[in-house]
Amino acid sequence: MEFLVIQSLNGLASASSLFLVASGLSIIFGVTRIVNFAHGSFYMLGAYIAVTIIAAIGGQDALGFWTGILLAALIVALIGALVEVVILRRIYAAPELFQLLATFGVVLMIQDITLAIWGPEDKLGPRAPGFRSFVMIMGSRFPSYELFLIVVGPVVLLALWLLFNRTRWGTLVRAATLDREMVGALGVNQRLLFTSVFMFGSFLAGLGGALQLPREAVTLHMDLAMITEVFVVVVVGGLGSITGAYLAAVLIGLVHAFGIVLFPKSTLVLAFLVMAIVLVVKPYGLLGRKPSGHAARGQAIPEPLLSPADRPTKLLGAAVLAVLILLPPFLGDYGVTFMTELVIFALFAASLHFVMGPGGMHSFGHAAYFGLGAYGAALAVQWLAAPMAVGLLISPLAAGLAGLLFGWFCVRLSGVYLAMLTLAFAQIAWATAFQWVEITGGDNGILGVWPSEWAKPKLVYFYLALALAGAGIMALRHLIFSPFGFALRASRDALLRAEATGLNVQQLQWAGFTIAAVLAGLAGGLFAFFKGSVFPTYLSIPKSVDALLMVLLGGVQTVSGPIAGAFVFAGLEEQLVRITAYWRFVLGLIIVLLVMLFPKGLAGSVLAWRERQSGDRS
Amino acid sequence: MSVVLEVSGLSKSFGGVQAVDGVSFAVSAGELLALIGPNGAGKTTCFNMLNGQLKPDSGEVALAGRRITGLPPRVVARSGVGRTFQITATYGSMSVRENVQTALIAGHHGEWSLMGKATDKHQAEADALLDLVGMRDQAARACGVLAYGDLKRVELAVALANEPRLLLMDEPTAGMAPNERIALMDLAAEIAKSRSIAVLFTEHDMDVVFQHADRVIVLDRGKLIAEGTAPEVRANPQVQAVYLGTGTTYGAAG
Ligand SMILES: Nc1ncnc2c1ncn2[C@@H]1O[C@H](COP(=O)(O)OP(=O)(O)O)[C@@H](O)[C@H]1O
Ligand SMILES: [Mg+2]
Repeated sequence: MEFLVIQSLNGLASASSLFLVASGLSIIFGVTRIVNFAHGSFYMLGAYIAVTIIAAIGGQDALGFWTGILLAALIVALIGALVEVVILRRIYAAPELFQLLATFGVVLMIQDITLAIWGPEDKLGPRAPGFRSFVMIMGSRFPSYELFLIVVGPVVLLALWLLFNRTRWGTLVRAATLDREMVGALGVNQRLLFTSVFMFGSFLAGLGGALQLPREAVTLHMDLAMITEVFVVVVVGGLGSITGAYLAAVLIGLVHAFGIVLFPKSTLVLAFLVMAIVLVVKPYGLLGRKPSGHAARGQAIPEPLLSPADRPTKLLGAAVLAVLILLPPFLGDYGVTFMTELVIFALFAASLHFVMGPGGMHSFGHAAYFGLGAYGAALAVQWLAAPMAVGLLISPLAAGLAGLLFGWFCVRLSGVYLAMLTLAFAQIAWATAFQWVEITGGDNGILGVWPSEWAKPKLVYFYLALALAGAGIMALRHLIFSPFGFALRASRDALLRAEATGLNVQQLQWAGFTIAAVLAGLAGGLFAFFKGSVFPTYLSIPKSVDALLMVLLGGVQTVSGPIAGAFVFAGLEEQLVRITAYWRFVLGLIIVLLVMLFPKGLAGSVLAWRERQSGDRS
Repeated sequence: MSVVLEVSGLSKSFGGVQAVDGVSFAVSAGELLALIGPNGAGKTTCFNMLNGQLKPDSGEVALAGRRITGLPPRVVARSGVGRTFQITATYGSMSVRENVQTALIAGHHGEWSLMGKATDKHQAEADALLDLVGMRDQAARACGVLAYGDLKRVELAVALANEPRLLLMDEPTAGMAPNERIALMDLAAEIAKSRSIAVLFTEHDMDVVFQHADRVIVLDRGKLIAEGTAPEVRANPQVQAVYLGTGTTYGAAG
């Protein structure tokens, strides 16, 4: 009984910050239709800035402390406004995936800025004056600050309700959430409204971060850890519903509080199970509604005609292949290694392209399948002493099974909901690799995953990778133009039409999702033997974003685009890491600029340009 | 003539709005039945319940005597129902011929085939359908660049691809020039007669209705208020009240 009460209180306390950040994300999404990936970064900034301000104004007394917390949240609000005015305002019309990607660029930039200002060490904040004592609850000592936090959640919920129902600004925000055009017609300054909404959401995130100070250390990992949980909360609660966000935050908070005691190794897996159960019963969350109209379809940009490669493209492809086959013997080890990585990335990118392009499913967690493929091979080598051939067989199998499981849930959603869900699944896979130390070695990974004797020479391994990746890419290309590929594309182009001709859209998409996972898994297996080791980073968000960048650089709308994108990206990253320690910042900046300048991807823009040149192809 | 579609007591409400209220009617093979009524009368909602896109609150839908109420659209489609949409829906990343081929692949249960090229499948059948709707010469064009009237023809070919017993056409001629409308409906009528397809269509253009419909049913605020031949319906005072009394004129588009 005592255990139940104390853990429930713990759960409620951690729900408050989660709710603050999640409600901010929800409010911003409601009005701007942007899922702000950087919301976790605002949360992190809130905590860091609060540490600095409180130290500066000497926050030992209550006044200094609470002023510091509030100031920190306000500064984060200003940073939010800056981000909105400089970046987001320019991409409101871009496809949602690009928006998500751009805000991830902001995540990368803020990570490096934070690192530059505050350094890599964790920071400890002061305890809250007036809340340093303990309260006796059923015979155990319970920190009074936790009780304070428990109260914050419902108070903020109430305050938000009053704000949205009792003030003019709140009414406008609600109106804009329902119908953006209408607000424009009312003569409201839409730009100001958007900026203020973004500021307000950022304020909530900053406040959530600052309030965490007395509870836990401030680290550079807070951003992604938080945004993952927030995505889970928002998906569970229903995007756009603030009360739903609170309910879900409490639910997830409780799951964590009990999970950490009962199954310390599997807290995220538990959160996954909760999310899975909710989604099976209510696909759009506890209080969410099925999106209709605009939100349901995203900003539909008319798809250009997808045709098999024309002669010049085919010739170019043949030339590239010839170079890939003939050149490596004349390269040194470094060159061969680089080319091997290129080839593996190309398969990884092609598999993501398959699910995003023809499949029409915007996966933000494709690294899960790459990483699970790598871990499948590594675990087989480590625990079953399997030879490379068996490992390379297990890779696509393991990833395919995960794709089958995760895909079942994902194909029930679409658009940003699907993107957030894929990301959450990837984080769960990542957390499993990270937390399950006995099996996976945790952060230390699994070492000694070497190829069989015959494939050990770098050149031989390159040709093996080229053969398998090449076969994988050719298989995907073939599928795109097969009857199955057409049916998949039909489901993407016009869902209702596809259903009305007898196609089972969900099953087709499920199959497409799984096929992409299988091939990403093969790429992961090749990568594991190539590196000789696997680490949780293989399944991490940045790895998923790598793949997204490759595809978007190349353009989703072309079949050969992702291969070109993979080549460009691998080269770019290689150089960046070498040139600067702050490569994340530069990469983030490049992402943001790319999205702002080429909303169709490089190849897409070239294609559009070519089409403009030649006019209507008839 | 055998009854193909039989609808009884069909109802659906959205929140407080009773969009369709106890509607019953039947369509026979080779018959063209027009469903008319002012904007918001519930015509599209009715269609969506017939092809399974919406689940009715109550009522039954039977296709050739078999109950299909509440079945998902793909199952309804497989049992012989083709439809066109009020807002045309075609596959934008495919050419005209590929649109029809994809529908044919679905109609032949071939969508799970991983072998071969989709563009090699059912070529002759696709061309025959395109000939039928007069789109053969534009077969290679992307659907995204077609004129609206041509898009409607492609949709008709797609809807006919799985040899339906029942064809549902929601405002097939909306957005077309008057002479185009007559031509498209002439075509639809001819196909329906020669293949004994039952056709249910909604239409705002009364000229089109009077020229092509064998029978007309009138919907107003979810309720069926009249049924009969075109002249009968035109003479019906209640129908006149709905169309004239509310200030809506014949042929008002929406
Ligand atoms: N998805 C929906 N949600 C809520 N109300 C709807 C929905 N679809 C239709 N309606 C309402 O039902 C009524 C009938 O609409 P509809 O069937 O589209 O009429 P029609 O096609 O005859 O113009 C209208 O009042 C409309 O506003
Ligand atoms: Mg309608």
